[in-house]
Amino acid sequence: MKEFEKGRMVPVPSHSIIPERDIGKTPVLECVHLGIEFGGLKAVDDFNFTIGKTEIAGLIGPNGAGKTTVFNLLTKVYSPTHGTIMLNGDDITSKTTVQVSKLGIARTFQNIRLFSDLSVEDNVRVGLHNQVKYTTFDGVLRLPSFWKKEKAFHERAMDLLSIFDMQDMAATKAGSLPYGAQRRLEIVRALATDPKLLLLDEPAAGMNPNETAELMENIVKIRDTFQIAVLLIEHDMKLVMGICEGICVLNFGKIIAKGTAEEIQTNPEVIKAYLGNNSMEG
Amino acid sequence: MNLLKKLDKSSRRNYFSYVLVTAAFLIVTFMNQGGLLNKKMQGLLVPVCCYIIMALSLNLTVGIMGELSLGHAGFMSLGAFTGVVVSQSLIEVIPNEALRLCVAILCGAAVAAVGGFLIGLPVLRLRGDYLAIVTLAFGEIIMDIINCLIVGHDANGVHIIFNFKGDKSVADLNLLEGGKAIIKGAQGAVGTKTISSFTAGFVLILITLFIIINFVRSRTGRAVLAIRDNRIAAESVGIDVMKHKMIAFVISTTLAGAAGALYGLNFTGITAAKFNFNTSILVLVFVVLGGLGNLMGSIIAATVLYILPEALRQFADYRMLIYAIVLILVMLATNNPKVKNLFLKIIPTRKKGKGE
Repeated sequence: MKEFEKGRMVPVPSHSIIPERDIGKTPVLECVHLGIEFGGLKAVDDFNFTIGKTEIAGLIGPNGAGKTTVFNLLTKVYSPTHGTIMLNGDDITSKTTVQVSKLGIARTFQNIRLFSDLSVEDNVRVGLHNQVKYTTFDGVLRLPSFWKKEKAFHERAMDLLSIFDMQDMAATKAGSLPYGAQRRLEIVRALATDPKLLLLDEPAAGMNPNETAELMENIVKIRDTFQIAVLLIEHDMKLVMGICEGICVLNFGKIIAKGTAEEIQTNPEVIKAYLGNNSMEG
Repeated sequence: MNLLKKLDKSSRRNYFSYVLVTAAFLIVTFMNQGGLLNKKMQGLLVPVCCYIIMALSLNLTVGIMGELSLGHAGFMSLGAFTGVVVSQSLIEVIPNEALRLCVAILCGAAVAAVGGFLIGLPVLRLRGDYLAIVTLAFGEIIMDIINCLIVGHDANGVHIIFNFKGDKSVADLNLLEGGKAIIKGAQGAVGTKTISSFTAGFVLILITLFIIINFVRSRTGRAVLAIRDNRIAAESVGIDVMKHKMIAFVISTTLAGAAGALYGLNFTGITAAKFNFNTSILVLVFVVLGGLGNLMGSIIAATVLYILPEALRQFADYRMLIYAIVLILVMLATNNPKVKNLFLKIIPTRKKGKGE
């Protein structure tokens, strides 16, 4: 079983949202003027954003600000109408969802999308689909490579499930897991694709404060162990301010602020977006 | 017993289906040799095997892949007529009947596979019920094409002409002396030498079970199940939806073609009209009543529901009434939670007794 190093918080003194240790390296993700229009409605407009190789970044904003649309653009569920997306310096704007996944962007969904009729382990095995390979022919005839690779599937699935101590649930149907466990399983399945960038869409939704605290530790742990970047959408400000090194605030499809937690908390634009105009006051 | 305990629940169920099919085969064979089966029942043995294979293969498309196919009989007819042509033209080359049957089945399966691939190529890219619509049309088109087909064989090989305008006949094939017609347009295949046997049907059922069970429990099969459960999530983990649906669909049509070849070679004459929309629906009824994704259920449903109308012939007018009542009862037995629980209560107690 894999042991994880103790989570280590990295303070970000600089004004750049890229953490110090990532400076000088190619950013894992770079969006330039990214945007999409739905029949004249600019759901996301002029989205310029960079994430360092091992950064934990947050994407926040009021409801309907276009946060999930950004995720859908990055994973090519939607094709952007403007701008480019660069992953590790390569242009991935014209790639398909499947290609983007193979190139290293994995995601979870706001409304959980598990393979609910499959077991927990099989969910992770599906995530490992492009990591461990054998042909359909080998599989149907059960040739030696089938047994060898299935063993590898099992070992890696168990290894990944151990991140959240879920090995005991391996045989359970994913659909019958409690809500929090389903969210964790989605993260494990995303990690199984061996991503360079992990997109988490409201990972703490529906979790109690204890579970959220545990999740925060685990996200940092995942970043430290796998040395990947994490971009998360979250409404739980304790989580966002606690672990995100760079935060980007979106409102009506536009970035209204970028910076560290302290900068965001004191930014008047952000306060206005969340609390409304203070014209009501005296 | 230790070995049995090691296997998880689903593989135990899978091995159970192999055992059950083998047991059924042995019992029926002994009954047949003991003279317990009348002529009519004997005649039903091979068709039942064919329909079991059809139900199993359609279950791969409908139950496991989650796409509706309404033209499965079309693939069966591709297999049947290919099988008949191959077998009839190879009579001199391969005198051994079992070997010729194998070759005919393989050819039938291969042609059905190509058909499945060509149908799947445009349709499986789409989401929604397009596969149902296109396969429905395909079934009808294949029926019409074979109705226009005139095929003969002589010393020079196989001759094929299409009789689209209805002005051609076997004479237009210009067969040499000693040549014979294999398919005569709307009359269908005639004078086929029947080489199918119950044993061949049994072996083909086992092969079908083996392929489907192993496929579902392999990497590709898991991907197909994942696509059925949640297409968007499957794409997000890098699974090529089109490719995996195609693999499952082609395997399904291949098996239907194999069943068709076996079926076609069981009768001296067979027409394209036999594989019409009703046959497709009949197979779909087997699959749905047996339970989507439930292989054992498909086998039992196909057997019972195929033999039942024949066995009920003595009730004359009440035949379809009883058939309908049985359909409703089977549906209740497989889908009603109360009845299911009753079964579950009975089965574990038995297993405990065996284990100790």
